[in-house]
Amino acid sequence: MEAKVKYLLHLADNPLILGQRLAEWCGHGPVLEQDIALTNTSLDLIGQARLLFQYIASLPGQDTNEDKLAMTRYENQYLNLLLTEQPNHNFGHTIARQFLYDAFNIIQYQALSEHPDEKLNGIAVKTLKEIKYHYRYSSEWVIRLGDGTEKSHQFMQEAFDELWRYTGELFTMAAYENELKEEGYALDVALLEPEWKNRVSSIATKAGLTIPADEVMMFGGKEGKHTEHMGYILTELQYMQRAYPEMNW
Amino acid sequence: MNVIDLETRFQEKIDSDIRIEPRDWMPDNYRHTLIRQIGQHAHSEIVGMLPEGNWITRAPSLKRKVALLAKVQDEAGHGLYLYSAAETLGGDRDHMFEELHSGKAKYSSIFNYPTLTWADMGAIGWLVDGAAIQNQIPLCRCSYGPYARAMIRVCKEESFHQRQGFEIMTVLCAGTPIQKAMAQDALNRFWWPSLMMFGPPDAESTHTAQSKKWGIKRFTNDELRQRFVDMIAPQADHLGITIPDPDLKWNEETKQYDFGEIDWTEFWQVVKGHGPCNKDRIAARTKAWEEGAWVREAALAYAEKQQIHSTTKSKAV
Repeated sequence: MEAKVKYLLHLADNPLILGQRLAEWCGHGPVLEQDIALTNTSLDLIGQARLLFQYIASLPGQDTNEDKLAMTRYENQYLNLLLTEQPNHNFGHTIARQFLYDAFNIIQYQALSEHPDEKLNGIAVKTLKEIKYHYRYSSEWVIRLGDGTEKSHQFMQEAFDELWRYTGELFTMAAYENELKEEGYALDVALLEPEWKNRVSSIATKAGLTIPADEVMMFGGKEGKHTEHMGYILTELQYMQRAYPEMNW
Repeated sequence: MNVIDLETRFQEKIDSDIRIEPRDWMPDNYRHTLIRQIGQHAHSEIVGMLPEGNWITRAPSLKRKVALLAKVQDEAGHGLYLYSAAETLGGDRDHMFEELHSGKAKYSSIFNYPTLTWADMGAIGWLVDGAAIQNQIPLCRCSYGPYARAMIRVCKEESFHQRQGFEIMTVLCAGTPIQKAMAQDALNRFWWPSLMMFGPPDAESTHTAQSKKWGIKRFTNDELRQRFVDMIAPQADHLGITIPDPDLKWNEETKQYDFGEIDWTEFWQVVKGHGPCNKDRIAARTKAWEEGAWVREAALAYAEKQQIHSTTKSKAV
């Protein structure tokens, strides 16, 4: 049971943290249309996280709710990928982060939408529809910025170079995933890597971007060991629940 | 037809409630007044995203977080319709942004006040959106077609936002003493600035007469302000919080609420750029615009490349 909860928390924390990051753009986008688009993605992601948190809270023995799960755990209890917590920097960096995540997630959710757990399966089917749209959006922008001006090309290449070291984690199994692999509850994420690489290199080629070499990769998010950015995300995310505990809003 | 005839026909249309459309003849002043007013309105929407955007990452629950995100996103959408309406009159979005950033174009002063607690999200929805609705409902019948049509959509969403704000206040007022005090504090800070949203008193309002004749304005500032007070006062009673005005009381004779003197010195001070957040708001908008320049340039460059590409392709065929 513990492994299953951890796995579901991992799935929920990814969109929660990335959604929180994207929400930081609201009101600050490079042009109104893209401000609205990033907010849409953020809304979808937080919506996905809510469905998963609600599911976790409904499991036997879980005396909790979506807000307690999202806003009152300690930092090392959050199991999101390091990629999702990286700062927005500039619009290109945000797009690159989104693209690398979407390209992974579209494959992951295709597999999850055939999951034997009916509840998770249902969530995945709904989520996959949204991810397909996110992937289309982020990949189009990778191409547009990669093949736009010299400056935009440079920004995109820098973003790819900086974020690449967080992509190894996407395909590395956490202990709880290994534990659930046998019974077919957790996906074997290592198997998703070839298709992810195909997708990423096909878009990068269209964008004229170079795929960085797989040198040093960073791991830990899925096991609760985060980058320095995480504490600040949680400071905002948890502010009200921590300052005014046990109240209804 | 000479200009005098054109003007007469234009005024006749307005008097008989026929909408003016983008291709119709209109006096230059009418056009410029509308570009200015719609531009100000659009700027208010996008500057208005900032004080509420300030609480998105700190919203107290996931439900509140998505509702607030969606609300602020609606404001961006309103900004878009309005800039588009101004474009039908020959206004240019980039130019309007420049005027906002340089301080030449104004926006609603209310957004120069800070949002200090979560309760401010309730107070803004309840009071600020409430005041905006009073101002905007008459604009749904504005003489200029594209503006009137944009306002119909805007008003529908605003009224939803107002209910959402009131609901936030309701939950706070039914909550712990700390939450109720938070709600009272937000009302204290936003009450007077909300009354100022209707603009200077009629006696000092420079644009009212001409705008009324042109069907851009249907009620005076003071009339709209009174309606607002009459709407809000009983709602505050219902919530069990107190409007910070000792002179506010029901007048049995006039069948409306009397209320105290507004501090117009503060109003003019904020309009002139000296409110608590004027500088921060403009700095945030300017930063977003300047830091987004390379993205807009890249999108344009890419679109041009695609166009050349498709032209060459079709020639080859």
